[in-house]
Amino acid sequence: MADNHGAAPDPHASAAMHATTQAHGGAEHGGAFPPFDSTHYSSQLIWLVITFGLLYWLMSKVALPRVARILDDRQSKISGDLEAAKKAQADAEAAQAAHEKTLADARVKAQALGQEAHAQAAAEMDAKRKTLEADLAAKLAAADAQIAATKAKAMANVEGIARDTAAAIVQQITGKPADPQKIATALSSIVKG
Amino acid sequence: MAAEAPAIDPIHQFNIERILPLHIGGIDASYTNASLFMTIILLAVTALMVLGTSGHHIVPTRVQAAAEMAYEFVASTVRDTVGQEGMRFFPFVFSLFMFVLFSNLIGLIPGAYTVTSQIVVTFAFAALVIGLVIAYGFYKNGLHFLHLFVPSGVPKLLLPFIMLIEVISFISRPISLSVRLFANMLAGHITLKVFGAFVGMLLGAGAFAWLSPLPLLGIVALSALELLVAFLQAYVFAILTCVYLNDALHPGH
Repeated sequence: MADNHGAAPDPHASAAMHATTQAHGGAEHGGAFPPFDSTHYSSQLIWLVITFGLLYWLMSKVALPRVARILDDRQSKISGDLEAAKKAQADAEAAQAAHEKTLADARVKAQALGQEAHAQAAAEMDAKRKTLEADLAAKLAAADAQIAATKAKAMANVEGIARDTAAAIVQQITGKPADPQKIATALSSIVKG
Repeated sequence: MAAEAPAIDPIHQFNIERILPLHIGGIDASYTNASLFMTIILLAVTALMVLGTSGHHIVPTRVQAAAEMAYEFVASTVRDTVGQEGMRFFPFVFSLFMFVLFSNLIGLIPGAYTVTSQIVVTFAFAALVIGLVIAYGFYKNGLHFLHLFVPSGVPKLLLPFIMLIEVISFISRPISLSVRLFANMLAGHITLKVFGAFVGMLLGAGAFAWLSPLPLLGIVALSALELLVAFLQAYVFAILTCVYLNDALHPGH
């Protein structure tokens, strides 16, 4: 620890300040308490001004505006994205509403179509049934007529047979031919009765 | 202290050594170890704040996140203390805070020089702050700035005494501001050094050598404390700067 406080090696230092520190440093070996040793005040102040000045310049001109811009950008990006998300959600909701409306329309249309088809089918069926019924009724009437005709014919035949049979029976019983007039009268009274 | 006896010399760490002697017009402007660490602080803060933010990431990288955190921390301190119009001093307060913080933190690295353990540095900062307060106070408020020393609602009889106290408290501001930081750094580093020397001395003390881990544990605990102090003192310096600047902006109590 020979001499490292540096006051001694520059005796040509002209400032009065140096003279006092030299005397002070010379009195006690090892130098003054360094923070109170004014020998290095000037160099510290000069370099402090240089470094702090540079730091202030860098911070105020470069770093802080840049960080502010980054924070701003992020804020606007977040709010922009939120806006977009909100818009997308609204769009999706609108699309859903449109979709539901289409679906409801289609359902109503399908229902109407079904009803129409149903009615048409019912009408067709009705018409068919009516023609069929008419047809059947006509056939029935024809059959009735035929039956009546056949019956009438059969009845006419029956009268003839009855007349012949009655004449034969009467002839058999009485032994003489029957009076056709009386037989006819009797028969007609029977048929009527 | 290799060749000498292992005496405790906790002051040695504050010695300033010239790296590059330089005299301009008879004024000593040598590049010293203190200057070297001022340069390191400048480079470190620049690396964090300028290089760290050069990516402009929307999703920040770690370094950029740290830079943003520092920005928002100081910005909210200034905004809360001085208000929105105080933001014009934000770059100044920010530079001050970062310089002091990095000086304190880098100083904790063993072997590193603590720039803020020099009263001339802390006093220069304090004088800068008070000078700015006075200059801006008069620029902004004119003579109304002197109302700072005349609290309202004080009886006329007491006013001279109150004014005297206010003036004294204002004058003592740069002193308390600079001494607080300087003394904290100085005391912390001396304590660390003393404890470190204890370890060495106990190791060489024969029968008591087994005690040597105790001061080592003390160093660990003290380092944690000093880390807190390093941050806290930088914060205190910044917030007091804000409080004083608030006086310059709004001198009426």
